[in-house]
Amino acid sequence: MKNKSIKTLKFLGLGFLEPLIHMIDGEERRKNATRFVKGSLLPLVSIFLFIFLWHQGAMALYNSEAKERIEKARIEQGEQAALDMKACIESGEVSCQPNTLPSPAKVYQAYIALWQDHLSISQKKSEFKEKVSETNAQREAQGLDPITYTGRPSFLDQIGTSLKTVAAGFLLAMLIAVPIGVVIGLSDSLRTAFNWLIQIFKPVSPVVWLLLVFMVVKTVIKDPSIDKSFIISSISVGLCAMWATLVNTSMGVSSVDKDYLNVAKVLKLNIGQNIFKIVLPASLPLIFTGLRITVSVAWMVLIAIELLAQSPGLGSFVWEEFQNGGNDSNAKIIVAMFVIGIIGFVLDRIMLSVQNLMTFNKGIA
Amino acid sequence: MEALLKKVDYQVMPHLEDKPVMLECQGLKKVYPTPKGDYVVLDDLKLTIKQSEFVSIIGHSGCGKSTLLTMIAGLNELSGGKIIVDGLEVRDAGPDRAVVFQSPSLLPWLTAQQNLMIGVNQVFPHGSKAERVEICKYYLDKVGLGNDFNKRPSELSQGMQQRVGLARAFALKPKVLLLDEPFGMLDSLTRGELQDLLLEIWQKEQITAIAITHDVDESIFLADRVIMMTSGPYAKIGDELVIPFERPRNRKDVLEHPDYYDYRSYLLNFLNH
Repeated sequence: MKNKSIKTLKFLGLGFLEPLIHMIDGEERRKNATRFVKGSLLPLVSIFLFIFLWHQGAMALYNSEAKERIEKARIEQGEQAALDMKACIESGEVSCQPNTLPSPAKVYQAYIALWQDHLSISQKKSEFKEKVSETNAQREAQGLDPITYTGRPSFLDQIGTSLKTVAAGFLLAMLIAVPIGVVIGLSDSLRTAFNWLIQIFKPVSPVVWLLLVFMVVKTVIKDPSIDKSFIISSISVGLCAMWATLVNTSMGVSSVDKDYLNVAKVLKLNIGQNIFKIVLPASLPLIFTGLRITVSVAWMVLIAIELLAQSPGLGSFVWEEFQNGGNDSNAKIIVAMFVIGIIGFVLDRIMLSVQNLMTFNKGIA
Repeated sequence: MEALLKKVDYQVMPHLEDKPVMLECQGLKKVYPTPKGDYVVLDDLKLTIKQSEFVSIIGHSGCGKSTLLTMIAGLNELSGGKIIVDGLEVRDAGPDRAVVFQSPSLLPWLTAQQNLMIGVNQVFPHGSKAERVEICKYYLDKVGLGNDFNKRPSELSQGMQQRVGLARAFALKPKVLLLDEPFGMLDSLTRGELQDLLLEIWQKEQITAIAITHDVDESIFLADRVIMMTSGPYAKIGDELVIPFERPRNRKDVLEHPDYYDYRSYLLNFLNH
């Protein structure tokens, strides 16, 4: 039971909880307590330190911005205006708040606001669904498309869209990169032939890929009912992110242990058997290392691509908040920053678990 | 010392006397091109081995023993001469010449049984699945892994992995069994165990076998004939020694044989000069 739960925790990347389990179990309490403090409390301390410094920094910026505003009012409109401005800032009036790095408390408020916003939008959605359910049933009977909710998406909806885009891009990258990587890895001449292409296209910026995909997709897809922005952004994400998998796959395939290949030769395996029974299984660990890098690259470029492709998602959320310059826009952008970071971390953890599953040296029961 | 038989004379090996020739190497040559010109590893090497004969090849590192073995296995191209196995010239590798490598070379993502199965499937494609599984289990049982069919190589010790390697080779029912320093990576206790095991199975299967080794005692214990190779370049067979000890052998009898130390010192003498 104990060993099993430790194994599960480690698999999930929560290995730092291991000493706690040992401690609860009553073995070497002192030693495990120290290990737990080291593994879990130290990161907590550093988190608090981070928030404290952030708060201090934000306060300093706020004060200097406020001072400048008051000073400006004094120079332009005289002493009375400066006093008014000071009073206005202190009263917390929205119109005269200094616009600068938001403090942790403001970010938290923005997070709450986004959550409330999500709740109200989902309520609106369900109300809308109820309202049109009868009409939709009629329309369906007549063979027409149902009426869908077209209001503003909530923050959570944006996250969902982003995840969908990344998933589509990742699948595309995998479907392109793994087969090509295997073929290139198997043949020295093909590797030499295509190496220049990989080396040149690998460092190309996401923005350029987006424009390239845009040129092609806009010509190929004329049907206005298809969601072009989703297609464009997911293809661009896939093209940006696939290189790590391509390079790793071809490297894995070309560096399969010579002994394994000799085994295949002695057994006279045909090409298909050789690939599926020897080469692919032997290179799976490297392929999955590549796929893990691909996921993190995909998530990283997604924001920039969504921002430019104007496809809904976290990227356009950040851009819109920056553009509309509302009072809590800056705070919302920082909320988005944390959400992006945390989701990226979780995705990486998931891929790490899959990767560990694929490494055969660890003896998976 | 005069009592030692240096030339091949099958009359002292009655079990081999009327056996047909299984393997023949004629004028074998291997050249590796290097930036400084060609490096000739083997030159005009001749070797004849009868069916069911166990031959060990001994020589210094880099003398081309392994090159010779991989050429017979078909994993290394010939630069000249030819190799004939059971009347057919060797063109490429095949399951009729099973190899036990120095490292066990098991496929780490497969269980012990699956490692055997992949070969058995190739050799007995017409047998039913149950029959093939039976073959795998029989040989794994023979090498003492009757309880570890479903373990992966990472769960087995190095000695146990090499047992699987032996089982995999025997399960192919090869014409020739090629052993490339099969116990070189093992500690001496495990090595002894595996030598006994190898002889035990070999005694039953009577497969023509060639074992490459560094170890003088191992070469005597295993083989009907020890072949000594000169050091390269231009390595060839320098000398041969027939070991007429009775079979089946056990270690104690071999070590206590009155001639044992004569054979041993003859081999050591060759290697030291």
